[in-house]
Amino acid sequence: MKQIYSSFHEAVKDIKDHSTIMVGGFGLVGIPENLILALVESKVKNLTIISNNCGVDDWGLGLLLKNKQIDKMVGSYVGENKEFERQVLAGELEVELTPQGTLAEKIRAGGAGIPAFYTPAGVGTPIAEGKEVRTLNGKEYLLQEGLAADFSLVRARKGDHHGNLVYNKTARNFNPMMAAAGTMTIAEVEELVEPGELEADAIHTPGIYVQGLIEGKQEKRIERYTVKAEA
Amino acid sequence: MAVQKDKVVIREMIAKRAEQEIENGYYVNLGIGMPTMVANYIQPEKEVVLQSENGLLGIGRSPYEGEVDPDLINAGKETVTASVGAAYCDSAESFAMIRGEHLDLAILGGMEVAENGDLANWMIPGKMIKGMGGAMDIVHGSKKVVIIMDHVNKHGDAKILKACKLPLTGKGVVDRIITDRAVLDVTEEGLKLIEIVEGWTVDEIKASTEAELIVSEELLQMSE
Repeated sequence: MKQIYSSFHEAVKDIKDHSTIMVGGFGLVGIPENLILALVESKVKNLTIISNNCGVDDWGLGLLLKNKQIDKMVGSYVGENKEFERQVLAGELEVELTPQGTLAEKIRAGGAGIPAFYTPAGVGTPIAEGKEVRTLNGKEYLLQEGLAADFSLVRARKGDHHGNLVYNKTARNFNPMMAAAGTMTIAEVEELVEPGELEADAIHTPGIYVQGLIEGKQEKRIERYTVKAEA
Repeated sequence: MAVQKDKVVIREMIAKRAEQEIENGYYVNLGIGMPTMVANYIQPEKEVVLQSENGLLGIGRSPYEGEVDPDLINAGKETVTASVGAAYCDSAESFAMIRGEHLDLAILGGMEVAENGDLANWMIPGKMIKGMGGAMDIVHGSKKVVIIMDHVNKHGDAKILKACKLPLTGKGVVDRIITDRAVLDVTEEGLKLIEIVEGWTVDEIKASTEAELIVSEELLQMSE
């Protein structure tokens, strides 16, 4: 049985300054919003964050950024955040941009015991600088290294006491790979259920990857509310 | 010189021409911005599956007001629905589909394209870099990569060049370019002009393209 936390404050208490943390989500979808809020309150600093995006100015990882808790950001797209731009231009924030598919695979590799792999993405671009290029079957590839983290904070629709997780729709995104790549993975779940309630065949993240869970209610803010007019 | 058309009309024209690249049964990735508009013009008789790199195989229409699910978005972070028969997956799986060349077609935007198929569409030196997102992976995975963009930039300078000046997104990755003035194919012999939009002449296209052009013998008039 896994550690079940009773407060978000307690869930993040082991996270110290200078930690490397993976945070699930694509845009604001699938982010562990309450764990992020708890990190903001904890005031831990000099963090390296690995996440596809960095939130928006007033929500998600943007809150950690505003609080100057992040030293380095590894992601694929960070264009939704003015404070991000300001800190980069002021030299306060280090950024490592990685093609999205490469980022996903680096994290997958990190959790799967694969130290590095070759991928075509980025050949002949600024991403290739300083990286080994190898020709395989007549095509050029870049060597990319796997990524791991001290902590992974993920968000799931449901989780059970064994740590098994099920995600909802496109809120799955980077969460499963990050769950596997974190030394200590903490899952924020919308609903904590008893073992056996999740169908074993339908589990997205097997519980072995998860060390602790907490149930919480999310706001689920929407970045680009797009609707079709009723006919 | 062709009469300057309204921007919206031009985007619609490009999107409609790009739709003709989509064949029945295709799996397609549409980039953010103008490429996303192509979905609005897909002929109903075509059965097409649209892939969204954030983990949705089967993008549906935009939701009605009461239907919005905050956990369901496309790669442009807009709320969407899933089509009947759609599948969700994680980001690694999504890019395995892309990198593994399982997609038939990708339609993306472009800042510059070179005659050898090099593409630049993610950063301008000196300006804030927002990131490449999934573009660098998508240009390598799809069986065919079509770039849709204006033929020239807002200063009237060519965007189809002998060599890209901006940092690349991918090297030798573009198969076809569709603009508001013409359609061009990247071939082993060089860049081939295969269609011209009504109102433009071959000489005008050549003058607004830095790259050398081979003019296709069966040059078609692009219908509007």
